[in-house]
Amino acid sequence: MNKKIWIALILLGLLAPFVVYPVFMMKLLCFALFASAFNLLLGYTGLLSFGHAAFFGGASYITGHLVKNSGLTPELGVLGGTLFAGLLGYLVGSLAIRRQGIYFAMVTLALAQIVYFVALKAPFTGGEDGLQGIPRGDLFGFIDLNQVYSVGGNPVALNLYYFVFVLFCLGFWIIHRTIHSPFGQVLKAIRENEPRAVSLGYKVERFKLMAFVLSAALSGMAGSMKSLVFQLASLTDVSWHTSGEVVLMTLLGGVGTVLGPLVGAFTVVTLQSELSSVGSWITVIIGVTFVICVLLFRRGVVGELGRLLKKSL
Amino acid sequence: MELSFQTVMSQVMLGLNNGAFYAILSLGLAVIFGLLNIVNFAHGALYMLGAYVALLGFTSLGPLIGMPDFHLNYWAALIVAPLVVGAVGIVIEKTMLSRLYKFDHLYGLLLTFGLALIIQGVFTNFFNVSGDPYEAKPEILNGAVNLGFMMFPKYRLWVIVISLAVCFGTWYVIERTKLGSYLRAGTENPELVKAFGVNVPLMITLTYGYGVALAAFAGVLAAPIYSVSPVMGSEMIITVFAVVVIGGMGSIMGSIVTGLLLGMVEGFTKVVYAPASSTVIFLIMVVVLLVKPAGLFGRES
Amino acid sequence: MKNLFSNVALSVAVLAMTSGMAGAASKGVSDGVVKIGVLTDMSGVYSTLGGKGTQVGVEMAVKDFGGKVLGKPIQVIGADHQNKADIASAKAREWFDNEKVDMITGLLNSGCALAVQKLGGEKKRITMNTGAASTELTNKACTPYSIHYVYDTYALGKVTGQAVVQNGGKSWFFLTADYAFGHSLEENTTKFVKAGGGKILGSVRHPLSTADFSSYLLQAQSSGAQIIGLANAGGDTTNAIKQAREFGIDKKGQTLVGLLIFDTDIKSLGLSVAQGMQFTSGFYWDRDKATRDFAKRYYAIHKAMPTMDQAGAYSATMNYLKAIKAAGTDDPDAVMAKLKSMDISDFFAVNGKIRADGRMVHDMYLMEVKKPSESKGEWDLLKIVKTVPAADAFMPLSESTCSMVKK
Repeated sequence: MNKKIWIALILLGLLAPFVVYPVFMMKLLCFALFASAFNLLLGYTGLLSFGHAAFFGGASYITGHLVKNSGLTPELGVLGGTLFAGLLGYLVGSLAIRRQGIYFAMVTLALAQIVYFVALKAPFTGGEDGLQGIPRGDLFGFIDLNQVYSVGGNPVALNLYYFVFVLFCLGFWIIHRTIHSPFGQVLKAIRENEPRAVSLGYKVERFKLMAFVLSAALSGMAGSMKSLVFQLASLTDVSWHTSGEVVLMTLLGGVGTVLGPLVGAFTVVTLQSELSSVGSWITVIIGVTFVICVLLFRRGVVGELGRLLKKSL
Repeated sequence: MELSFQTVMSQVMLGLNNGAFYAILSLGLAVIFGLLNIVNFAHGALYMLGAYVALLGFTSLGPLIGMPDFHLNYWAALIVAPLVVGAVGIVIEKTMLSRLYKFDHLYGLLLTFGLALIIQGVFTNFFNVSGDPYEAKPEILNGAVNLGFMMFPKYRLWVIVISLAVCFGTWYVIERTKLGSYLRAGTENPELVKAFGVNVPLMITLTYGYGVALAAFAGVLAAPIYSVSPVMGSEMIITVFAVVVIGGMGSIMGSIVTGLLLGMVEGFTKVVYAPASSTVIFLIMVVVLLVKPAGLFGRES
Repeated sequence: MKNLFSNVALSVAVLAMTSGMAGAASKGVSDGVVKIGVLTDMSGVYSTLGGKGTQVGVEMAVKDFGGKVLGKPIQVIGADHQNKADIASAKAREWFDNEKVDMITGLLNSGCALAVQKLGGEKKRITMNTGAASTELTNKACTPYSIHYVYDTYALGKVTGQAVVQNGGKSWFFLTADYAFGHSLEENTTKFVKAGGGKILGSVRHPLSTADFSSYLLQAQSSGAQIIGLANAGGDTTNAIKQAREFGIDKKGQTLVGLLIFDTDIKSLGLSVAQGMQFTSGFYWDRDKATRDFAKRYYAIHKAMPTMDQAGAYSATMNYLKAIKAAGTDDPDAVMAKLKSMDISDFFAVNGKIRADGRMVHDMYLMEVKKPSESKGEWDLLKIVKTVPAADAFMPLSESTCSMVKK
């Protein structure tokens, strides 16, 4: 059963660019990975970070800078962005885990704001204009990511798409493995009952920090991918609205479920692109979704479904 | 820029002006947090709402009720806007927040975040993001006072004075009166207070209403200085959060003093190294977290 | 679980169908329709001087042209980029990829303009920029498909800068909007202030759409400069001027000079505040009979007189359509060749010509705000002090660093 779903999803992902606007699809993959990485922290460790945009956006700037100004190949750019986000995650995490619950959320939010201001002022980020014209470059030095193929009369950058898809699968696989590892079990124990985990002799802070760093690094990977897709790193990616958006995606899809963040990201990204004509009403719609989720179904779409089917999804 | 006495003092005065806003807003957050244990993310949006009540009361209310010559003046707005927004707050608490008390407090944060998006989104649709001027500043507060080192607009001086009055008034009520003692007891042990016959749910509702009314009051004060815009609150709220973390959540005096001080520190940074002025509060927060995780005036729970 | 899977599959299938349909028709005279996109600030700090009013200009041009070109309908769509380069570039990408938009105009905000123009260059689609000002658009960032239509920071800095220095304003301090446009305007103005014997005492950068200018103004004040140059625009400029009065800066012998001012800004400041101010513009509605006729028709629709951006969008659209007609196709290469070879001459542009770097050069004007006593009506705001010929106003082609300029 489970295996079939994975195979079907992978097939869908492979075929998607032939039927769906590929830029939309790639945006979806970036946010799905971002939400999944976030879920690793909220859903499996019980930590609500309100500053994850710092890792997502921070990495997209670093990748953009490495590829554009240092002439690195895209895979090295993504690696650089991911490592940067991990390092940043270590710094932010070390500070934030000194506080719990609501304080943790506010501290991450405030620390992310520092990253925002650095992105606004640093010499290489382009300030309000963003870091523009990031080249997609040649993967491993010889696969041109800009290469387009004609699909039904439309030019589609298939190389780029599959690069993004593979990265997404890699990230998602890492998350999946983590959750089902002994490490993941300890995280869940911390989420359920922290004092108990402490009394069992686990160094809770270290586990929390490791989860935070991993989540930050994978969020960074998602941001790096986005900067290659849109060839732009901008302040929106590091702003607290983005931090809020990823919370919504996870909450909507289902906190602590494997598929939840995918469904949440799919819903939100689709809403945003289908409703882009209604302008700022989109903010209202997202806000209303937030309120409804919190008030009525805190388990999210997948969580509620799982409860109905009495299965963990 | 050279570090002359004049420049430093001028910027610090302006900082104090900003600090007055931080103080009222973080005070409201602290009052709410003290009793509800909820971080009110909608605080910035309600601050903005207060400014709009003042603006619309001045420009549109008259025509709306068929009296084109009627304008809600500034003084009236200082009372009406907090009442209106306070009522909105009461509705929010009664219909939504009260359902969440039995769950993790984080849900309160998430709910109010959603509300902030809704309020801000609605206003973005109907009003200019760049803001509309509020031109009902009373004649008596026009012009500037010569402070020796600078010309300081009378209006900004008024903002500092009235903010301090409201902040310390609130502090007095909570720390020194019987009503305040119920509130404080409710924070510590709601069951016990209930047993004494105090209507705790009502107290919670009114507290939330008062907290957001403070935000609206700040909004009206801000209207003549800044343009009234849908995003004025969202720019402010994150900084105020940092102020609250630095001061220690739930500490009334802590939030007032920290607000004022940090405003001045920000102003001073503008003279010393301007690019850091927007980050300095957050950097201070990092240091405070390292040295005294519960905040300057907070108690470790 | 099956439920979920079929849901996902269904939504993917639906999406596939909709996107498939959009992409179905192509080739020929560009899929049977000429589509013009107006991408600009529709809600923010620049929305009064551009915004919906720019779209009104474009729509008027399409209507005046007859609604059809080469027998095919002309369609206008609009969107708000919210002054964010990422939104602008995502929208433009979608327009080029999915909506088959042939030309994008408006593009207020240099950051957004640079992003969209670059994309247009890659996708071989025309951008006719009427709103943004940075000279980078026709220098380093120029493309074979980009036109910079109305004005730029070189012309603004040169005309205003020289005029102010000649009137004795020798020492300057800049208040600069912290993005591509502000930087470019400060840089260009600095050049002409220095060339005229003036000196720059310093500058401070503020974020786009700043509510409180007080601390920046105090820095400007303590610099002791005679002239506080405002390298910003729209709501930022008017806010800075209003707050300078609040702090009594204008009473202490310092003068604020707006380097980019639109009629709508003067309207919001009021003549009593703005009187006597000089600035540079590419258009004024009350210049001659042709501009007045246009402005009257425009006013009937938009309830405001056209700014140079809005009138420029009309002119750009009109000439774009003329070029398609003359070329007999809407193929971007053919249309660009036509546009660059024809004379641009209408109520908006006098002695207009589109150069190799994409710069449309035309006469510019040094304007002065009237005294309240001189004004005869709500929109009677300005007088033309001097007409600056096209060749003197803009950067000489020989100085352009655009790669398409043959040297």
